[in-house]
Amino acid sequence: MSKRIGMEIALAAAEAVALCRPEVIAAYPITPNTHIPEHLSDIVADGRLDAEFICVESEHTALSACCGASGTGARAFTATSSQGLAYMTEIIPIASAMRLPIVMIIGNRALSGPINIWNDQSDVMYQRDAGWISMFANNGQEVIDMSIQSFKIAEHRDVMLPVNLNLDGFQLTHVVEPMEMPDQAEVDAFLPSFKPLATLHPDKVVSMGTLGLPDIFNEAMEAKDEVLKNSRKVILDVWKEWKQKFGRTYEPIESCKMKGAEIALVSMGSMGETAEVAVDELRKQGVPVGLLKLRLWRPFPFKDLKKAVKGVKVLVVLDRAVSFGGPGGPAFSEVRSALYNEPDKPFVMNEIIGLGGRDVRVEDFVKIVEKAQKALKTKPKDDYEIYGVRGS
Amino acid sequence: MVEIRWHGRGGQGAVTSVEMFALTAIEEGKFAQGFPSFGPERRGAPVAAFNRVDNKRIKVRSGIYKPDVVVVLDPSLMSTVNVVEGLKPDGILIVNTVESPAEIGKKTGFKGTIATVDAAHIAREELGVPITNTTMLGALMRATKLVKIESAEVPLKNRFGRLAPRNVKAMTRAYKELKISKAA
Repeated sequence: MSKRIGMEIALAAAEAVALCRPEVIAAYPITPNTHIPEHLSDIVADGRLDAEFICVESEHTALSACCGASGTGARAFTATSSQGLAYMTEIIPIASAMRLPIVMIIGNRALSGPINIWNDQSDVMYQRDAGWISMFANNGQEVIDMSIQSFKIAEHRDVMLPVNLNLDGFQLTHVVEPMEMPDQAEVDAFLPSFKPLATLHPDKVVSMGTLGLPDIFNEAMEAKDEVLKNSRKVILDVWKEWKQKFGRTYEPIESCKMKGAEIALVSMGSMGETAEVAVDELRKQGVPVGLLKLRLWRPFPFKDLKKAVKGVKVLVVLDRAVSFGGPGGPAFSEVRSALYNEPDKPFVMNEIIGLGGRDVRVEDFVKIVEKAQKALKTKPKDDYEIYGVRGS
Repeated sequence: MVEIRWHGRGGQGAVTSVEMFALTAIEEGKFAQGFPSFGPERRGAPVAAFNRVDNKRIKVRSGIYKPDVVVVLDPSLMSTVNVVEGLKPDGILIVNTVESPAEIGKKTGFKGTIATVDAAHIAREELGVPITNTTMLGALMRATKLVKIESAEVPLKNRFGRLAPRNVKAMTRAYKELKISKAA
């Protein structure tokens, strides 16, 4: 039976991961995800989890160790943030190309510089094109649920890809709140043990991660793209099963107050919760505004997006990262591109907010909706702005 | 929804306070958040930590700028930090101090409800150290009536183990010894 608990979300994430019985955990602490591996190392040291906890000397090694472990058929887990994730960069596309179903939790934090330990989503956006499944949690409950779902999705025979699960650093990692924690029997019944296709073993030699010459490389990339796109079906199946077993709904895009919405916000991660408060207040005042919470970032939910924006006149994409010298934030770029060839599409604008821990308040969303209301009449000159820049 | 801001110094346990208070409310089936002022902390430097408590799920995830309640763990902060900044006029200011509510009212200019208790004295007697975080939980519970004091026993026991009874005693004494008055 699930139990209602109060706990810091990072610790709850560690507890949820432990329920998944990972066999190898390799991690290097970095703020703000530190409490996740730290608590897992406690759980292992206390004898509650039979796993190899590898204290590595860097994040590059953490992910390398996970790759090796996953190659032998072990269920492998790691967690990191910001520069730690950046330091893994060399290994990240290798993990997906080798079809190693590693689960990584990212406590999202700004990339330096200037040096900043606080929340935004520039770290994961830097890894956008690496071939991992990528999902965002909005609150503590979703962190627990999606941690468990991630292993099942990653290890499914039709997927066999690494997953990164994103939760906003501090805004989520460091908050104590109530959550439902499933028990071991429930998780065991939901998550079968990992059955790899091939394993590294000295008695039965296989090669993994070999050279791909030009005559095979296009095909290899096509295969990697296909498997990531096709993982959508498994993700939806796992979420359906989760709904049946635990009663909580997960969708690639969660719609809030979208009925009759002329203006809609698109959010990723914890700011969606605060945005929801703003949308609820504005709806009471008669403003036809709704909210779309983008949960599944890769594979990108094109179908769901096109369906969700039907009837919307102005769509405001909220980004927590900048694509410098590019077309706006990464989510904006994706959303607008997804809708470009649609015959009936909303005007798409972009607000880049909450960078490096800048607080995002209910009234900020109200102001953004006011701007969108003006855009209903007169299209703004600029595609995007970094919201709240002093002196602008 | 009730929003609370705690003021302390790094090392005085303000973060533990918000954790214990959130867990106490959650223990009662309520919804609560407890979070630190995000970022690095230095021992002795002024810090703030925050709670939200409600009967329904709390969605807002921004900082707290207009608290209903302010708790001050260390009276020396009052000369360097504007502890009543943003505090709602009909809110509650709770201070660990030897001074009376009236004196605190004069010092801060705050016109709402003021409650004071010599938590440092209680903590020294009951815990042997002037760490007032658990003691001031009792003061907060009495002044706000948001949770029952008994509900804190489980979280305190989980956190402090064999030291829990002494913390519960300190908390209970602050609950009883708190002086509350409407300042002029």
